[in-house]
This record gives sequence, C-alpha cells and structure tokens, in this order.
Amino acid sequence: MSNPVNVYDARADHAVVAAESPLAYSYASSGTPAPARHSRVVMAERAFLGHLILRGGAIVIDEALREVLGLSLPGRPNTLTVADDGRYSVQWLSPDEWLLIVPGGEEFAVEGKLRQALGESHFAIVSVGGGQTVIELSGEAARDVLMKSTAYDVHPHAFPVGKGVTTCFAKTNVILRRPDEARWEIIVRRSFADYVYRWLLDAGEEYGIGVTRESHHEA
Amino acid sequence: MNQPNRLAQGGRIDRRQPLSFRFNGQTYQGYAGDTLASALLANGVDLVNRSFKYSRPRGIVAAGAEEPNAVVQLGSTPATQVPNVRATQQALYDGLEARSTNGWPDAQRDVMRWVGKLGGPFMPPGFYYKTFMAPDSMWMTYEKAIRKTAGLGSSPTAADPDRYDHMNQHCDVLVVGAGPAGLSAALAAAHAGARVILCDEQEEMGGSLLDSRAQLDDRPAAQWARETLATLAEMDNVTLLPRTTANGYHDHHFVTLHERRTEHLGETAVSADGHRPVRSRMHRVRAGQVVLATGAHERPLVYAHNDVPGNLLAGAVSTYIRRYGVVPGNRLVLSTSNDHAYRAALDWQEAGREVAAIVDARDAPEGDVVERARAAGIRIITGSAVIEAKGSQRVSAARVARIDREAFTVVGQVETLACDTIASSGGYSPVIHLASHTGARPVWDESILGFVPTTVAGVHAAGGARGVYPLNAVLADGLDTGVRAATALGFTAATPAAASPHCEAPDEGPACALFQVPHEKSTLRAPKQFVDLQNDVTAGAIEVATREGFESIEHVKRYTAMGFGTDQGKLGNINGMAIAARCLGQSIPETGTTVFRPNYTPVPFGVIVGRHCRELFDPARYTPLQAWHEANGAEFEDVGQWKRPWYFPRERRTAEGTRLETMHEAVVRECRAVREGVGILDASTLGKIDIQGADAREFLGRIYTNKWQKLAPGRVRYGLMCGDDGMVMDDGTTSCLAENHFLMTTTTGNAAPVLEWLELWHQTEWPELDVSFTSVTDHWATMTLTGPEARKLLAELTDIDLDREAFKFMDWREGHVAGVPARVFRISFTGELAFEINVQAHYAMHVWKALFAHGDKYGLTPYGTETMHVLRAEKGFIIVGQDTDGSVTPEDLGMHWAIGYDKPFPWIGKRALTRSDTRRENRKQLVGLRPKDPSVVLEEGAQIVFDPDHAIPMPMVGHVTSSYYSPTLESGFALAVVKGGHQRMGESVYLPMADGRVHEAEIVGTQFVDPKGERQHV
Amino acid sequence: MFHIYCPYCEEHREEEEFHPKGQAHIARPDDPDACSDEEWGDYLFFRDNPRGIHHELWVHAVGCRKFFNITRHTVSYEILETYKMGAQPQVTAAPRETGEAHGAEGRADAKDIHEGVRA
Ligand SMILES: [Zn+2]
Repeated sequence: MSNPVNVYDARADHAVVAAESPLAYSYASSGTPAPARHSRVVMAERAFLGHLILRGGAIVIDEALREVLGLSLPGRPNTLTVADDGRYSVQWLSPDEWLLIVPGGEEFAVEGKLRQALGESHFAIVSVGGGQTVIELSGEAARDVLMKSTAYDVHPHAFPVGKGVTTCFAKTNVILRRPDEARWEIIVRRSFADYVYRWLLDAGEEYGIGVTRESHHEA
Repeated sequence: MNQPNRLAQGGRIDRRQPLSFRFNGQTYQGYAGDTLASALLANGVDLVNRSFKYSRPRGIVAAGAEEPNAVVQLGSTPATQVPNVRATQQALYDGLEARSTNGWPDAQRDVMRWVGKLGGPFMPPGFYYKTFMAPDSMWMTYEKAIRKTAGLGSSPTAADPDRYDHMNQHCDVLVVGAGPAGLSAALAAAHAGARVILCDEQEEMGGSLLDSRAQLDDRPAAQWARETLATLAEMDNVTLLPRTTANGYHDHHFVTLHERRTEHLGETAVSADGHRPVRSRMHRVRAGQVVLATGAHERPLVYAHNDVPGNLLAGAVSTYIRRYGVVPGNRLVLSTSNDHAYRAALDWQEAGREVAAIVDARDAPEGDVVERARAAGIRIITGSAVIEAKGSQRVSAARVARIDREAFTVVGQVETLACDTIASSGGYSPVIHLASHTGARPVWDESILGFVPTTVAGVHAAGGARGVYPLNAVLADGLDTGVRAATALGFTAATPAAASPHCEAPDEGPACALFQVPHEKSTLRAPKQFVDLQNDVTAGAIEVATREGFESIEHVKRYTAMGFGTDQGKLGNINGMAIAARCLGQSIPETGTTVFRPNYTPVPFGVIVGRHCRELFDPARYTPLQAWHEANGAEFEDVGQWKRPWYFPRERRTAEGTRLETMHEAVVRECRAVREGVGILDASTLGKIDIQGADAREFLGRIYTNKWQKLAPGRVRYGLMCGDDGMVMDDGTTSCLAENHFLMTTTTGNAAPVLEWLELWHQTEWPELDVSFTSVTDHWATMTLTGPEARKLLAELTDIDLDREAFKFMDWREGHVAGVPARVFRISFTGELAFEINVQAHYAMHVWKALFAHGDKYGLTPYGTETMHVLRAEKGFIIVGQDTDGSVTPEDLGMHWAIGYDKPFPWIGKRALTRSDTRRENRKQLVGLRPKDPSVVLEEGAQIVFDPDHAIPMPMVGHVTSSYYSPTLESGFALAVVKGGHQRMGESVYLPMADGRVHEAEIVGTQFVDPKGERQHV
Repeated sequence: MFHIYCPYCEEHREEEEFHPKGQAHIARPDDPDACSDEEWGDYLFFRDNPRGIHHELWVHAVGCRKFFNITRHTVSYEILETYKMGAQPQVTAAPRETGEAHGAEGRADAKDIHEGVRA
C-alpha cells in the first residue's frame, strides 16, 4: 500500500516569502501600545511556532515522544510538560489528544520522526500551526485580566504552573496554560486572534497594558 | 445651619466635608458619609415622589434596599441618566443631581394628582387587566401613556461614557452581608483556611452594628466591626467587596454580585493616570458554599393613610439618627408590636426631640427596653395601635385606639396625638430573596412571625436571615455557620475562631402578630391602608381580590400588582399575605408566600453587558486577507461570526462626477469577470476537517449519503450529509489526500457543528472505528481562482502541471504557488474552470498579492459573496440553510445521484428516506423559476400559489429560496421549493406580493447557465 | 449556570463549556431497514420528559470534546453523577436511598407541583 497518510511540509522559506502572523492585522488596525513603567500587564505574541495535534493511545505516543524529543506525555488531564527551556512542550487536551509545540520550522521533521516511531499503531498527527498562535501575558495584573476574560479559576491554588486547559475566553475559546511562574500563554485560533487581541487591550487598559513585538522565543 | 434636621454631633458622617447636591432643581447641602436619603431628610425634604397610581405624595420610609418611595432618577446629562436608584442606597457626592421618578412635571406640582383624586375610585384592583387589555392592540398606546404619567424612570439618550466589566471569582465560601452574622461567618471560614469572599451592599460594612447600642467585648459594636474588618482585610484568603450587592443566586452556587466602584464618587468614573476606571463591575462568583447573612427587613404596620410623608419604619428612624445624625421630625409617635422597635423612641428622645407616645399592640410589654422607655418618662399606650395618620403633605397627628387583634376591631375611644412623625414596626421579615432564587420554598415560623428559608445543600442562612435576632445569638450563629460551611468543604475549623465577642443577651419580651391594623370603618370603607407603597396596593384591594375569587396568593399578587414594583414588595408582601389570609379565613402558612426572582435590586444594563459591547459585542472572525479586503474597499457581510467580503465596489465616473458603484453594478461587473475572464474569491472561511485513520473511508460512507469506497488519492468528491431524519444538514467536498487520509470541507457556518456531529457518531455509536478528526479551518487559507483565464494566470505562478488531462476537474494536486507549498483543488462552485488554492494561512497574503501582481493582464477581479451566490445559483448549486431549511431531503433537491441506496452500511439518513412522508409525491421540491418579466427579481421568501384567482386564503405551495439578477441571462431568476415541482416543469406559478402585484414565473430546471456542465471541465 | 464535572477532564467546569445533546442511552437500531416506520419514528423523535431523575448526553465542547452522560434531577437541577460513554448510571429513578441524591428527591414532593411563577 502507498503511504496511507499525506504528510506535507506546508512551511515556506520565511527568508523569501513574507509570512504574516495571526496578529499582523491587529498590530496594524489596533496598534501596539508600548509597555510603560506603570504597565502592570504585558502581552507578546510567540508567532510561527510548529503546532502538532497528536491523537492516539497515551502509552504509544508517550514512547514515541520520549524517543524523538526526550519529552514525556503529561500524566494527568489538563497539564503540560515543558522541556528544553520552553522550546518544546506537550499538553493534554483530551484522553487521546495532545498539543505538541516545537520551534517553528521543525514541525515537519518532528512529525515524520514521530510517525516512524509510532509505526503501525493507531494514531493521527495533524499540523495546525498556521491556524493558531500563542499570546503571552506577564505582569502582576495578568491574573486580573484573565479573571475578566475566563470563568476558569486562575487562582494559583487552582491553576499552578504546569496546568493547561481548553476553556471559554470572553466569547471565544482558547487554550490557557501556565508554563512557568512568570507567564501565562493563551493559544487562540487565527480567525479569533484579532478579537482576543482587542479584548485584551480593552480589559488590560486599566492596568496600562503594553505590547511587546519582539519575542526572544521566536525561532 | 441649613440642615434643620441635622444633629450637631453624632453619626458616621464627616461634618468637615460638606457636599452640595441638587434634588428636583433645588440645591441642598449634605456631608460625606450621607446617603441621598439621609441628606434629604436632614434638609427636611418630606416629599420625594408621587405615587404610581393615585399620585399621592410620598416620603422616605426606610434606610436601605427595601425603600419603596424614594426611587429617583440620577444624572445631570443625557448620557449619565440612571433610573430606579434608591436614594437610601446612593452615597452622596458633591454635585449629585437627582429628581423624582414619579410626578409630572414634578413631585410638588403634580397635574396627575387630579387624575388620582378623580380616578382613584375608578381604578380598582385588576384595573390594568380590566381596562387596558381590551382591545389588545391598544395596549402599547396605553402603556406609553401610563409610563409618561406614572414615570417609571427614563433611560439615557446619549452614549454612556463609562466602562463596565465582569470579573469571574471563585471561592470556597461566599458570605453575603457583612453585619454581625456575616462578619462572624467570614472570620470563622477564613480562619479555617477557606477562600472567602465577603460582600455587602452598603457604603460601609458592618450592617446593624453600625447603629447598634450594644457593646461587644466592652467596645462599641461599630468598633468591633471595624477591627474585625481589618483582621479580614489582612488575610490572603479573603476578598472584601463593599458596595457590592448579591443580586442573583443561580444554579450550583453561582451568584452574581454587582459592585459599585465609582458610583459614590461622581456620576462618571474619574480617570486615574489616563486610564478610565471601571464604574461598575459584575462579579460572577462560583462558590463552594454560600452563607446568606442578609439580615431582616422590618415590616411596617398597615394603617389608614400610612403613606403620608412622615410615616417611617422604626428601625429607619434609629438608623438615620445614629448613623447619619439626622432626626427626621420633631414629635414622634411609635406604633409597635415588639420590643426591638423601642430603640427608635429612645434614640429620638436622646436626640433631644419629643416622643408623644409609644403605642404598643401588646397588653403587657415587659422587656428591658420597655422599662428603659418607662424610666425615661415616655408615655406607653398598651393594647393599642395607630389606626390612622392625619395630614396630607406631612403627618400632623396620629389617631390611636385600643384594638382587639383577634376580632380585628377597634375598641373604645380614639385619641388623636399631635405629631409629625409616625414610626411603625410590625416585626421583621428575614431577607430570603437569594435563598428563594435557588428554588427553596420559604416556610412560616410562628416563633418569629416570619418566613424563613428552607435550606438547600451548600446554602446556609445565618442570623437575621433565618430569624435569629438577638445580637449575641446572631454573632454565635454567624460563627457556627462559617464553621459549618468551611467544614462541609473539608476544612478544619481553627479553635481561636470559635469564640464570639462577649455580648450581653438582651431581655426582650415576645412580640405579637400584627399586620393590618383595624380601623373604625371596614377595610373597604376606611381611608386607604397601603400595603405596597410603590404600586399603590391597599388592604382594600387585597380584600376585593379575595372576594372576586382569587384564593392563591400568586393570583392575588398578579391581580393587585402587589410586589410588582422595582422593590419587588420587600416591605409589603408579607403584610399582603397576612391580609389575604385574614380575608380568606385561613392561616398564613396555609396561604403561603410568593417567592422572589433575580435581581434583588435593579442592575444597570451596563453591568450586565460588561465589556461585551460595541466592537467587542461579538467576535469578528477574520481571514488572513482581511487587511487587503479593507484596503480594496470591500463591503462586508456577516456569515456567522465571519466577516466576508460581500462585494468590492469600484469608483465609477458619471456625468455628475465619481461615485462608488452600487451593489448591483459591482455584482454585474464581478459576475462578468468570472464568466468571461478570471475572478478570485477568499474562501478561507470554509470549514475544513482533517480526517485520518484506517477506517476513515468507512466512516465517510456512513456519514455521507453517497459512496466513498472508490475515491482515489488525488481525487475530490462532493458529499451530502443528512441527519438520521433524512433531512440535508450540510454539504461540501471531501478530498482523498491518501488512502487513510481525507480533507473534508463544510459550509462556513457549519464547521463546528459538523465536527461535533462526526465526533458524536464516532464516540457514541462507532468507537471501534479507527478514525480521528481535527479542525484545520484556520490552518489553511483558501483562494478560489475561477474563470476561463484562470489556468493561464495560475500557470505563471505554479510548478503544478495544469494540463487539462493531467489535472482534471475534481482532482487535487500538490506543488508551489508563488513559492509557497500549496494544495490546489480543481473544484468549482461557479461552473467555470476553477482552482482552489490552499496554503498555510501565514502565507495567504503573499500568494494573494502575487496573483494580483500577475493578474492585471487577465483582468483579475476580486469578487465577494454576493457574486458567488449569483454564480452558484445560475448553476443550481444549493446553499444549505438557504435553499434548505431542515425539512428538505436529497431527493427533494433532485440530487438522486448523490444517494447510495445500495451501500452496505445503513448510513445516516438512509432509513428515513423510505418513510411514507419522505416518499410523498407532493413534497416541496427544488426547482428553478424564470419570471415572465425578465426585469423582475423575485423576493426571497415570497410565497408561491398555483391559482392567483383563488379566494383568500390561497393555498400556498412553496416559496422562493434564492433569487438574483443574472448578468449572463440578462434576467431575474430564482430557486424555489414547490409542491411536486419536479413534475411541473414548464408550468406557471404565481407570486402575489404585499403591494398587490402578482408575478408570474415558469418552473424550469435549476441549472440556468451551462446546464451540461462543460465549462468547468475546460 | 450549571457546574459540571467532566469525567474525562476530572474536574468541574462551567456550563458554557458544554452542549447538551438530549436524552442519553438512545442507541441507534442496528438494522434500521428492519424497523417499521413507527419504530423509526420513535427512535428519531420520541423522548422522555420525566419530573425527577433524567439521564442526559452532554459533550464537553469547549474542553476535551468528549461525550459523556449526566444524571440530573429536573426539578432541583442537581447533577447527581456524570459518567463516561459506555458506563451505566448509578443513580436511577427506582426508589433508593442515597446521601447526595436524597436532598434533591426530598424536595420534589407534591407541594412543588404548585410552584408558582416567581415574582
Ligand atoms: Zn472534559
């Protein structure tokens, strides 16, 4: 049988092709207020990362992930594992679904290696990086902004570092996660990104929200 | 001093901070710490409103949320109007501007009082139902007239400058009310380690402790409250929300709180460092357990003319004196059924004013406080009550008589006592509103003469809210309740919290049951005895209602409109029930009570809306090409939450100058471009689902009506999806990417429901199938390049072999477009040669611009959804949800070719297609319509008849689903569903219009352009 | 606003994350073609509407996207249990004594039938 699945490298060469992140429109239409001294919350996009949805049984996917990236699947629902200084992370989305985020441009290679490692098991891998982006929130008022936006409990007792959930955010849905003490990450679908951006600017206004354009994480 | 009723000292106001305010155009002075009500009373303003029905003068009655009369309109500008503000709950700020809600032109000179005087006797209970409900069509007119004269407040007429928002909160224990019970409960729960939210509706937390005479641990009660609040404020696990009303108690301990953050500072929020603060905030609290420490409302007694300004609640008199340093009169008569109210007389006398008498309904009152009143030389008249107030604009005297409560009669002589204030107390009603929001029915407790809440798991009433009144008992009850709430969640109560402050147990005698006071005349003949002051419901009206046969308290309430005001009958409802019980000759528990629904007090719309307004009202979903569409002048159409270009009007030169094309002109131009040259559509909004797994093909066969077994990699097929009722629910193309890998497209609006539909069947019926679904709608941008010149243009930018044999219609190919990896699908929704280019969304703009850079010479024209609709309708391609409505089968659409009746698995929808109803020959079937007059464009939705001369009502046999002008046909044309339409080709149908015209149209096939479908294959 | 325990996420979530999908445990007939029109109509359109214990199918739409079942009391709105697809309910309408369920059932007495429209 021919290759049962079409594995496709949809990434273009960013040196040649002008790529636009999901927030490109928003930066132009809503502006990017610079963080100031009184800014108690700061927003930054981590654009163009590789996002892979992994579907299948936890045991085989865990083995494959360890083999390929040295990363283990999070053991509990609604948690994530972060490795290598935040460059790789894998998050539980459902009992048979995880979100793997890798540096931009690595997704095709990682998918290929994972498929090889998974062999004949029942699984699926889908690249979705063009359709979503990561927005990072930091600062002392980040939690207040989130409380205005989501009914999920973001108190540190209920939302410790290493937690990640899919939940409602204003009138859309996002993945909300806490990779470390300093940052919250909101993963939003591309078509809703402008709404979330405008929402965050509005909800963060009373805390002097600022936007950082360059991200040290960008691959 | 220009505040005649203000005491020289005392109260919790700050006399060093005078504030100026205006009421009904008059300027007054008050102090920081005042409410609008206390400031009005300090200034001797007796008349604050006119009553709703009889237009009688009304004054301030209460000091809190239960106030029925002093409901004012706030705001000095059209943008800052706030209706339905209780003056008793509005903090005074400098420059506050308020006016009476009722009374036109104002409360003092009220033209309606004549109507009230004349109309009073003609406005019996049930008046609205009897008078205004017939004829039905006039109700709107009546309602406007009533609103204008009765004045239910007015809304702002300019945009609100303020911001409002929501805050989602979570806690283990929510404590509502920061009086003695609430403070104790919060302290106990917080010490046990629970996350606690304590909210209180007043300007200052402390509740009754703020005007209590008691000592707690040898300190004034107010000081204990302050210290306890300081302790709570320092605890990490406690959130204090002052000025915050718990308005609604919803399912599973979800409670909505309204926090007034700047309402006490001014009529708009004042900017701080350039950022305008939030004026009002809704806290949406999900709690583990809830303590309702909402206290009790005092019940007024129901006696004749008890509505004249100067009639107040006894407790309100104490509150105004002790908390605000305001004595609302000179000479007081107190009418009471209980000991507690005696405080009002003592406070009055201590404030240096005269107490004419305490009139006690009990024969031998004997508590501590009674003795203190006696010792203070106050005259006490026992076994008696105030039966009538005299005076019109203000109380001038009280008529007092001995009463027989059992026989409901006045016995002996009536004595008239000169006074300007009558304070009354008929006991206390626990504030059970929030508890009854949960659905718990209140029960009557004879020992406290009030309804108490029944409990639901996780809801705890504490203190006055469950009829515990002595302060020492309230404190202990609060503590105990806080411990119970915390331990119910697994916290262990810490011992230090287990001690209440020491508080002397008061020696109080028992109260007696008194609601309506008898009068020398019968209830129907006596001067009006008001039960519900806000809605002008009298004891007589309730009696009439019961005589007319209304026995259920819910019916009595609706018939009389008792409790229908913005105060929800906080003062009057229990008295009303007691009166109904008396009239019906039954007990109060037999009569029952009405319950309350959210909201406890009126909530401004801004708070409910939060920041979900204006451009954030609903998400606008954008494709990656939004910026280009905007820059190129697109008009947009909402498709679900998506913004899609509707058409791209260009500038047009005319004799008068340049103007933008109309939609019609733009659509004609765009249609021609596609049929004759090349056009491009942003189709990124189409739903896309990646389907992988060894059983993916089998799954498709079960979910679609047509066959999928033989679709080879590299090929695309159109599919129809039905519900199991056989009705079409979605359609789209699905491409075979590899043997076990498919890409499904759905209609724009149905992407999420279809994905959920696939998951439903997979998870609940066929979990054994190896298949998984992932939405990739946002991952891929889709650009449809279509028209006879499409191949030439695309060839300039791609490495894919576009040869018509190598890349056939309904094939897809991989390659590059403008240097970007792309999948190109040869599918067509226009009937023309078409290529749907899919690239990862990051690169959509790059590819789109590259196409335009090369497209000029081919006249590449962007087109929008309107042109897309015209072109697809010319080809008879349906839009699910427009040409179908959930009652249309594939057969009705004439799409037999898309039904695989012989597939082995009984696919979704198959069985229903052989039911007798789906086999009927006269089902409404999709056909084309050609208007006889080519200039006519039929109205979508227009009804169709076979016989235009038939008498009305004509049998309607179908309707128009899609209708446009076709530049290709140079004629209007339509799709429609018509009964038995497939067998009626060539027949005429008629469309009678509202304006009297009748259009004639011929039933034709659905393919108007290129019926053989040759153009898409070129 | 319900607070619903998702048996897959293993925690309570707000109602806005879920979609109700009707009565639970309605199996599609294995051989639809063998069903009479009436049987097929029953399967498609007829559902219970009990006053009391009701088993419902819900999906954690904004979350794990898994379908699961809820046993809910239609008077008190109390959720008595949630359980995964394929599992059977522990709380059923048959008379029985349980701690949590009792409170809800206890309130569904005859008096509630006369529950008036709220103020
Ligand atoms: Zn879940």
